[in-house]
Amino acid sequence: MTPAIVVARQVVREAARRRLLLALILLTIVVIALTVWGVSRIDDLRNAGQPLPDPQKKTIVSQLLILVMFMFSWVLSLAAVFIAAPAISGELESGIALALLARPMSRAEYVAGKWLGLVALVIAYGVTAAIIELVAVQIVSGYLPPHPVEFLGFVIGEGVVILTFALMLSTRLAGMVGGVIAAILFGIAWMGGIVGGVGAAFNNATITHVATATKLILPTDGLWRGAVWSLEPSLVIAAQSGLGPAVAANPFFAAEPPPAAYVVWAVMWIVAMLALAVWSFRSREV
Amino acid sequence: MAATSPAIQLEHVTKRYGNVVALDDLSLSVQEGVFGFLGPNGAGKTTAVKILLGLTRATRGSGSLAGAPFGSKASLGHIGYLPELFRYQSWLTAREVLALHCELARIDHAKWTTEIDRTLGTVGLADRGTSRVGTFSKGMQQRLGLGVALLDDPAVVLLDEPTSALDPVGRHDVREIIRALRQRGTVVFLNSHLLSEVEQVCDGVAIVDRGKVIAQGKLDELLGTSSVLVRASGLSREGRAAIARFGELDDGADGAITVRGIDRERIPDLVSAIVGAGARVYAVEPQHETLEERFLRLLGQ
Repeated sequence: MTPAIVVARQVVREAARRRLLLALILLTIVVIALTVWGVSRIDDLRNAGQPLPDPQKKTIVSQLLILVMFMFSWVLSLAAVFIAAPAISGELESGIALALLARPMSRAEYVAGKWLGLVALVIAYGVTAAIIELVAVQIVSGYLPPHPVEFLGFVIGEGVVILTFALMLSTRLAGMVGGVIAAILFGIAWMGGIVGGVGAAFNNATITHVATATKLILPTDGLWRGAVWSLEPSLVIAAQSGLGPAVAANPFFAAEPPPAAYVVWAVMWIVAMLALAVWSFRSREV
Repeated sequence: MAATSPAIQLEHVTKRYGNVVALDDLSLSVQEGVFGFLGPNGAGKTTAVKILLGLTRATRGSGSLAGAPFGSKASLGHIGYLPELFRYQSWLTAREVLALHCELARIDHAKWTTEIDRTLGTVGLADRGTSRVGTFSKGMQQRLGLGVALLDDPAVVLLDEPTSALDPVGRHDVREIIRALRQRGTVVFLNSHLLSEVEQVCDGVAIVDRGKVIAQGKLDELLGTSSVLVRASGLSREGRAAIARFGELDDGADGAITVRGIDRERIPDLVSAIVGAGARVYAVEPQHETLEERFLRLLGQ
């Protein structure tokens, strides 16, 4: 097996052995149980003594699902930061990396292995948790969002973007520092999305440009908007769009998916960030 | 590896960290046996090993390890390395750590079990193979690290302070392991500041201080300057002057005189001179300078 795969397997093994996966699974089950319970109560809601009409129920379920999935995406991204930020720096500080790097393995293979392992974790957790949540909500309410596959793609893309960034920082900075930087930038990108919506609403070119820059510099929120769009039934899009341009500032709404060019940009961004990580680690003295 | 190419070679290697010179024009060559790289803390010993392994880059200079340019992937195929800062994956068992290194060292999968059993036995961890490394004491982790370095009979083994965490029994075990390696023809590069350790197992030695080699050679050559302890009575002032021609005199508390820096071949002449001066000789005991004395003398210079 190539050294990169060996390293990747160790990343997954460490997560499993350190009970990280167990903690994530248990907490996710709690969240899913709460959502299922919440969704099941919607049938009991009454408006002037009358049960809610179906479109209204559908809207409530879809909004609830978006909120829960936002939490999921947030947990996924921040968990990715927590695991990726010390992935390399931690092994350098402890000395674990010394014996590994003295084997016939290039620095690029080591970085690629770490990245592959982390991506595997993000995919495993993201796909499992999202599918269980979507299926559970569908069983209880009969509602399935319109683009579940796209949703998975966008959320995992968001996780991979932030983990690649944290891993790049990990080639130079201590886990604590890299983790804080990645988490703050993740928050700034999210704010950038909201600010961009405000700029669009008031036709302010400067604000819109700043927001576009944050979207390009760290494409997490841009992808999150795609995930939101994937979860919205058309009636929600129609209703929200009728409220005017200001809804673009709502971080839990997207009138349309990100353009294909943006998705291509995000993929290129990930590749470039990984290349930067390899370059940075190659020139690092250990 | 060709017989002519040294197992380890450093040619004019300099390493600077900003203004700090960690290695200053270091050259050395190790062909066979156990080579001790000695020096006080901060002398540049670990830097030299890291440069050999490509973990750190030399500012200037070149060299080779196991027949390939140092730092190259090819050079890392047949070596074993125990870092000074040794830590292994606490979430793995000892066997799993060794298996991981078997895989990275590209050892034939069919050989893993035998290789891991043999290694665990050699380093005295045969009964702890299935324990998690997280439960190991520092000494046991160092033994495991030594095991990692010994996998698949490497041609060259680099040990950076291999006994720092070990008790006297552990140190003895490591010395035995090093001797066994030498018998098998493995070249061992031993970084140490424990002089007695080096004195007991090394064939060749380089003493390094502040990045510079201040003495290098076969251990017995390096310690070749011997001294002689003489017990004699009735030694006149002229007699003392005669002895002083053979070396530096050092009076012991019990009346014995140590003549330092005398060549071994001149000891009979020394005895004749003492007898010729009318003194009575009770004992003549040739003494080797210990490595520690030599080391301190060199550092003092």
